[in-house]
Formats: sequence, structure tokens, C-alpha cells
Amino acid sequence: MARDTTARDTTARDGLPQDTVPEDTVSEGTVPEDTVPQDDAPPKDTAPPKDTVLRKDAAPVPDSRLQRELAGLDALELGGGGRSGRLLQRSWSAVWPMVTAVLIALFAWQVVVWSGWKDPWVLPGPGDTLPIFWDQVTSGRFWDAVGLTMQRAVIGFAVAVGVGVVVGALVSQFRVLRRAFGSLITGLQTMPSIAWFPLAILLFKLSESAILFVVVLGAAPSIANGLIAGVDYTPPILLRAGKVMGLRGLTLYRHLIMPASLPSFVAGLKQGWAFAWRSLMAGELLVIIGDTTSLGVLLSQARELNATAEMISYMIVILIIGIVIDQLFGVADRAIRTRWGVDQD
Amino acid sequence: MTQAVTAAPSRTAAAVRLDGVSKAFGTGGDSLLALDRVSLDVAPGEFTCLLGASGCGKSTLLNLVADLDRPSGGTIDTGGARVALMFQEPALFPWLTVTGNLELALKMRGVPRAERRARAAELLDSVHLGGFAKKRPHQLSGGMRQRVALARALALTEDESTGEGGGGQGTVLLMDEPFGALDAMTRDLLHDEIERIWRTRGLTVLFVTHNVREAVRLGDRVVLLSSRPGRVVQEFPVPMDRPRRIDAPEVAALAATITDRLREEVGRHGA
Repeated sequence: MARDTTARDTTARDGLPQDTVPEDTVSEGTVPEDTVPQDDAPPKDTAPPKDTVLRKDAAPVPDSRLQRELAGLDALELGGGGRSGRLLQRSWSAVWPMVTAVLIALFAWQVVVWSGWKDPWVLPGPGDTLPIFWDQVTSGRFWDAVGLTMQRAVIGFAVAVGVGVVVGALVSQFRVLRRAFGSLITGLQTMPSIAWFPLAILLFKLSESAILFVVVLGAAPSIANGLIAGVDYTPPILLRAGKVMGLRGLTLYRHLIMPASLPSFVAGLKQGWAFAWRSLMAGELLVIIGDTTSLGVLLSQARELNATAEMISYMIVILIIGIVIDQLFGVADRAIRTRWGVDQD
Repeated sequence: MTQAVTAAPSRTAAAVRLDGVSKAFGTGGDSLLALDRVSLDVAPGEFTCLLGASGCGKSTLLNLVADLDRPSGGTIDTGGARVALMFQEPALFPWLTVTGNLELALKMRGVPRAERRARAAELLDSVHLGGFAKKRPHQLSGGMRQRVALARALALTEDESTGEGGGGQGTVLLMDEPFGALDAMTRDLLHDEIERIWRTRGLTVLFVTHNVREAVRLGDRVVLLSSRPGRVVQEFPVPMDRPRRIDAPEVAALAATITDRLREEVGRHGA
């Protein structure tokens, strides 16, 4: 069984002792002689000469040719690209459905008013409300109220993020804690936060702390759960790759688990914000502190004065703030998805 | 002519030596024996293909060699070589760019920060992806991602200090069906690519596949494993010049021989 092994040995195995390659060894099942190629008789029916010239000093498939072929295939597989249209076009296609929805809602409201179901001083139509809405958003007192409410929202949410991250990190790390608190956290998430207020008022009286307490309890479980889910669903194949790369302990968290759980964490933040905002509104209606002015205070005062148009104006503002901040989280979420290509695959 | 392959290289020559390696999963009566006393020596610079049907423990074997798992019995000696493993999936980190993925691997190898960017660029050039450093994995095709994964595996075999790529006797590349998910055209080109990189870097490659022709196309030697449990059934040296074409008659002929043996082995499980 004569064979030509020098082609490889001289081109590639420089410096390696030739006898370390078990070229001349066959196990018990010897390959039949007729399957072994005759060195000097290249296959007749295969391809152009340059493929069959495998002599001692010939480099297998010239690198430049392979490079050209690979580049060609890459170009073909990546396709044309350039899918994004003009910015103006894209933003218009995003905006018009929203505008239409708002118009439909206003129209439905107007229809209810026209039907005469309630007297106009109980339920004013959009035409009466919108001027009052404008008066409100141009008044200083209104912006003071929005300022106080947003301050509470930001502080409450920030504390909730802190608590949620610490709890989530601990629970995802320790199996015992997971068993002990895993379902409790999910339970807290489903508990209506307004049910906490009687206890909060007993503990903290009518104070900022009572509101903060409930906002944090409302938001933190969602944030913790988002983090736990993210850590849990780190793709196993990436964990394997990380192990091969030698990621362990802190570096594993820093370079793999934290970035991998980011999308789920952002989803948790978004949900946590929604709960925080709801808890805060409930809190501002129930826990009215001294002579502070918040959106909740404005809302209760409007109800006491039977000023429905003002009341509806505040509700619209509360809705808008909720939507805007939710959209911000949506933008962050989409940015991550696009960056990672989660949508494309 | 018919001496056993495992006895051929001298005791000091093997880059990877498996001696009676067994691996069982689970405990007691439910335990499943994945590998049964597998002995295998891979010489430095050798391209060895492991071939077998489902359940032959190919991937388990690579995990053991890569030190991701411990054998239940027997010993594995890689002589302190740098071992890198790549999978059927590219398993690139989607939050990093292509160059970011490579730089992280280099960082884990202890390459100083100042050198990483340049070393990553060299690695990308070596898999013909020089122009794609700033792309993210999802922006590349499957074959391109797998080449990035190859570059990352090579990065894990780099020396910390020298600007030279890793290679030589201390470098073992384990490949777990790396081209299994690719179309035939792409796979064909990547065969040329991996052969070129193996040749120029002097790597020792242990390549797992269930594709018989692929094994014959690439290997210096094809090791056939049985299934449940995995045992070495037979070894086939591949005495053909390189580069081989996967559609060459002599490749087909040896592949047919091996396939017959493989089918015989698979048939034992149907009885």
C-alpha cells in the first residue's frame, strides 16, 4: 500500500517529527486495497486540472481562490440589505395609527355626550374639556403637582429597582432562597398594591413613607422576577461556550450572565414601572398629606368640587405620563432586540 | 500493516491520550453508560475524525477532553495543551460585535488589552472575515458565524505574550459537528478553510461528525464509535493526498466501506 504522505509533511508539518503521525497504521479492519487511490492516477472524471494537481509542493486550494469563493458566498448570503426606509416615512407610519386611535376615542366620548346619557355638567364633552385641559397645563400649580408626583415616582421606582436587583440576584444565585422565596415573589407580584395601604398607614401614618412603602412593594417583585428569569434563561449553549472560554465566578456574571439577562431585566423594569405608577396613584388618593399638591390631590379636589372637566384633564395627564414612560422602556427594549438580532432570527 | 493504531505512537508522542475512558450519567440502576472504556491516542498535528450514529457519546467525549466534565473511569491526558472547543452552533455572544467576541476570548487567554484589537483583526483575517469586525453576529450568515466561532476557538489557543497565533504541539482544537447545520456549498468551502488553518497552524484536531464523507474528506484517520455505550469499533486510516474533494471516487469508496461498517453497528440495536 504505497502512499504519498510527503505532500502534507513538507508543506504543513514542518518541524514535526514525521514518526509521530500514525500514517502507516491500520486497525484490525483493513481498508480494501481497491479503495485506496493510485497516486499517479488522479481520478479521471473530477474537475479541472488545478484541483487534481496534488503534487508534493502544491499548496492545497490556493488561498486566494478560497478567499474569493468565500467572499462570493458571503456576499450572496448576506443579500442586498438596506431595508430601512426614510426616517420621515417610518415615523409617519408609526404615528398615524396612534393619531387615528385618539380621534376615534374622542369621537366615541362625544357620541356618549350627544346621547344625553348624563347631563353635560356631570359628563362634559371633549369640546368643553379640552380648553380646561389647556388652562390646567399652562398653570403653575398644575406643574407643581406633576413635579411632586414625578418626584415620588422616581424615588419609589429607584428604591424598587435597588430592592428588586438585590433580591433577584440573591434568589437567582442560591437554590435554597429560590425554593423559599420564588413563589412568594410571584405571589407578591399578583397582589393588588392597594391592599397594602391599610397596613402602610398604620405603620407610617399619612406620610411620604407610606406611599413609598407601597410603591416599592408594588414594583420590586416584577423587577426581581425579570432578573431571575433572565439569569434562568441564559442560553445553555452560551454557558457552554463561556465555560470553554474559561469564564467563571464573577467574570461569568460580568461577561455572560448579566448581558444575557438584560432583555428580561428591561421587561421586568417596564412591568415594575407600570405597577409603581398604579400604586402611586392609589397612594396619592388615599394618603393625602397636609397641604401638598400632587396629581392625586388635584384629582380628589376636583371630585369634591364636582369639576368633571378638570378631573378628566388630570386623568388624561396621568394616562399620558404612563404611556410616555412605558414607551421609553419600549424604546430600550427594541434597541436591545435590534442590536442582538432577536427579531431577525 | 495491521497493528493497532493505539499502540503505534510512542508513549510521549500523543497530543491527546484517552486511556480506558468511561462516562456514566445518573446513578444506580438508572445510570446510562455513554462511553465504555474508550482508548484513543491522537498524535500532535493529526486530524482525527470521530464518527458514529446517535448516542455514541461523541459530544460527551469532547466535553471530557475539553475538561467541561469528568470521566467516570479512565484517564485523559492532554499534556497541558491549550484546548479549544467549537460546537454545531456558533454560540457567539449576541451583545458583542464580532471583534468584541474575539477580544473577550483573548482577554480570557490573558492577552494584554493593548494587543487584543490587533490580534482579533489578525484572527478575523485568517478566516477571511477581515471586513466584518464591527458587525454583530446576527448580521452574518450561518457559515460566516461559524467562521467567527472558529476564530474565537483559535483565539483561545493563542499565547499570551507572543504576537504569533497559537499552534504547534500544544494546541488541540475540538470540533463538535461544526458544519452540521450548514448547507452543502458552505460546508464544502469550510472544509477547505479548516484544512488550510489546520495545515498552516499545525493544530491537532479532534473532529466529531456523523457525516461519513466529511470524515473521509478531512481526517488523517476516521475512528468509528458504536452507540449506547460508545466504544471504539474500528479505525480507518485515510491514505489519500490532500486536498481531497468530497465527491472524489476514492473518498466515496472509503466512505462506502465505513458506512457499511456503521450500518452493521446500527443494525445491532434493531435486533
